[in-house]
Amino acid sequence: MSGPATDIPVIADDAVESWGRVHRGRHQVAIPRSPEQIPVAVSASSALSGSTLAFGLGRAYGDSPLNLGGGLVKTTGMDRFLAFDRATGLLRAEAGVSLDALLRVAVPSGWFVPVTPGSKFVTLAGAVANDVHGKNHHGVGCFGRHVRQFGLWRSDRGALVCGPEENPDLFAATIGGLGLTGIIQWVEVQLAPIGSAEMDVETERFDSLADFFALSEEDAEWPYTVAWVDTLASGENLGRGVFSRGRHAADGARRPHKPGGPRVPVTPPGFLLNRWTVGAFNQLYYRKPGSSFRGRQHYDPFFYPLDRIRNWNRLYGPHGFYQWQCVVPPEDARTVIAELLGRIVLSGEASFLAVLKTFGDIASPGLLSFPMAGPTLALDFPNRGLRTLALLDALDRVVVEAGGRIYPAKDGRMASATFQSGFSNWRELEALRDPLLISSFWRRVTGIDSAPSGEA
Amino acid sequence: MSDSKRILVLGATSAIAEHWARGRAEAGDSLLLVGRSKDKLDPIATDLTARGAKSVDVFVTDLAELEDQDGRFAKMVEMLGGPDIVLLAYGELGDQARSQTDAAFLRRVLVNNFTSAAIWAELAAGELERRGRGSLVVLSSVAGDRGRRIGYSYGAAKGGLTRYAEGLAHRFAGSNVHVLCVKPGPVDTPMTAHMEKGGPLWSTPGKVAVDIEAAIAKRRVVIYTPWFWWGIMMIIRHLPRIIFNKMNI
Repeated sequence: MSGPATDIPVIADDAVESWGRVHRGRHQVAIPRSPEQIPVAVSASSALSGSTLAFGLGRAYGDSPLNLGGGLVKTTGMDRFLAFDRATGLLRAEAGVSLDALLRVAVPSGWFVPVTPGSKFVTLAGAVANDVHGKNHHGVGCFGRHVRQFGLWRSDRGALVCGPEENPDLFAATIGGLGLTGIIQWVEVQLAPIGSAEMDVETERFDSLADFFALSEEDAEWPYTVAWVDTLASGENLGRGVFSRGRHAADGARRPHKPGGPRVPVTPPGFLLNRWTVGAFNQLYYRKPGSSFRGRQHYDPFFYPLDRIRNWNRLYGPHGFYQWQCVVPPEDARTVIAELLGRIVLSGEASFLAVLKTFGDIASPGLLSFPMAGPTLALDFPNRGLRTLALLDALDRVVVEAGGRIYPAKDGRMASATFQSGFSNWRELEALRDPLLISSFWRRVTGIDSAPSGEA
Repeated sequence: MSDSKRILVLGATSAIAEHWARGRAEAGDSLLLVGRSKDKLDPIATDLTARGAKSVDVFVTDLAELEDQDGRFAKMVEMLGGPDIVLLAYGELGDQARSQTDAAFLRRVLVNNFTSAAIWAELAAGELERRGRGSLVVLSSVAGDRGRRIGYSYGAAKGGLTRYAEGLAHRFAGSNVHVLCVKPGPVDTPMTAHMEKGGPLWSTPGKVAVDIEAAIAKRRVVIYTPWFWWGIMMIIRHLPRIIFNKMNI
């Protein structure tokens, strides 16, 4: 039986890590089992260091989900549904409910998460805090645009309901607010209707960046579009890849995905993913018959191919990997993306997963939301120390010069100037930050080293 | 749904029971949640309803109380209808040191985990027998497999419960009444929140729930969860006393 609310144990965990496995360290961890226990979890986990931060399923890649040396409030114990109206698709659930659990409940009655990132193992609160985007950004915008309201607990103000009308400043600041404005208690989101669990899917090869941009425009009618890019192809093959588009099938079984899947049992040596193995993979992927495909596919492999191996992040070896995602404004976008790809080719660093997509211009209610109109490029590189960091810095400079920005949820190394140029309104978020909450990311990119003011 | 089942959960605030009940709710079953605290049962009922249960009701009672167990059980059956599956999941982790010095506390550990539980199991088995079919799932523990110095009061109670379930399974062998005894290893739940976790031996309520569901479908009689506890407990049960006595387990 769980004890009284005043009795939440705090465990010192030396190895809390984010998904890239580069950032790892000691935290004082408390796990509330219901939203009512949040105040106790916050004070217990922050007792030693004076600060804490909500932590969900740890799918953010860098240091934005961590508070190294400080406290963490693990939200995955708050995993209950609160209400689901199957007639309207309005769903309310606690912060730690995952998209995995949500889809299992929603799909059989004909509803789907309105916006999904590339993993279903993210929490609802994490989806809000990072204002996640998906393959349908050009049509429906970010996750935050579908959030009707949420509960937020602040150490200085207690429990608040936030929506477009109620506490609108905190509503906006919390969407994409990296967990800094308070601990999210629950989220109410409008789901999207579907006729089937299956997708009508088409993929086709493209031979150059110009072809990618042409396809992006032609296929904007498709609700979901995304492209994989071969980052080792150079010269006239620069920017070649495979374009994929999909829509929910109009009818068919509404069977949700199956649980499980294999795990990577041990961390293999890091040299397994190098430019030669990635090059061979890219060549095969580009050439494989399936790269021109028309047919039906369940939503699980369409949206979540990487979820099939639960801890695929271990494949990068003991040193982990860096993710990097930028968005650049549409003006000059073609030359900017070409320059980014050209620099990657020159560097000889191989990116296993390179994803290119064009964001639409639907504004997010979020204050510090990452997406804006223009192409977005996502890459990952095995961590090879300074070589990798030098390449990423060079890529940052190209993005900053073009007036673009880097995605905080995937970052663990950008210079504070890079962040502040991409998110020039960051002080508005800082002004609404909960004085007890901070992340390693926020300390690094703002230079603020709270021990926050006020009681600790 | 035509194959919707009626599920009786004795000890519905147990983390393992709650996770298992989620799967039943998502399958469209009707559930009756039994436990001591309405404040704790209500949010679980809300969750199971949102997940798609056909109906969810709560019955507030202290399952460890020995008074009028048959009368209370009849009320539960009246509320739910005859159950297709009964999960007996309540219990209380003992405190061995306290059990050795505090007889009242020892009595509580034994009554909570064995005496009252065995009686509920007997009542449930009788109801399933009257209906001619159904599953009774008894949540025991690996701790019941051998008496050990660090936890033999809890261990003996769970060991007794294991024997009781074993006897029921023997009685109903070959019939349509199915009795399953579940022996989890340590599980990361609020009951064990104060313990240091981590390491490969710890499981989660979600994983245990998946194993229980599979064992019901296959009509297993005894399962260890995770499965490797079968091997560990096989060794511990058969360790020669000369070695066993040197171990602080």
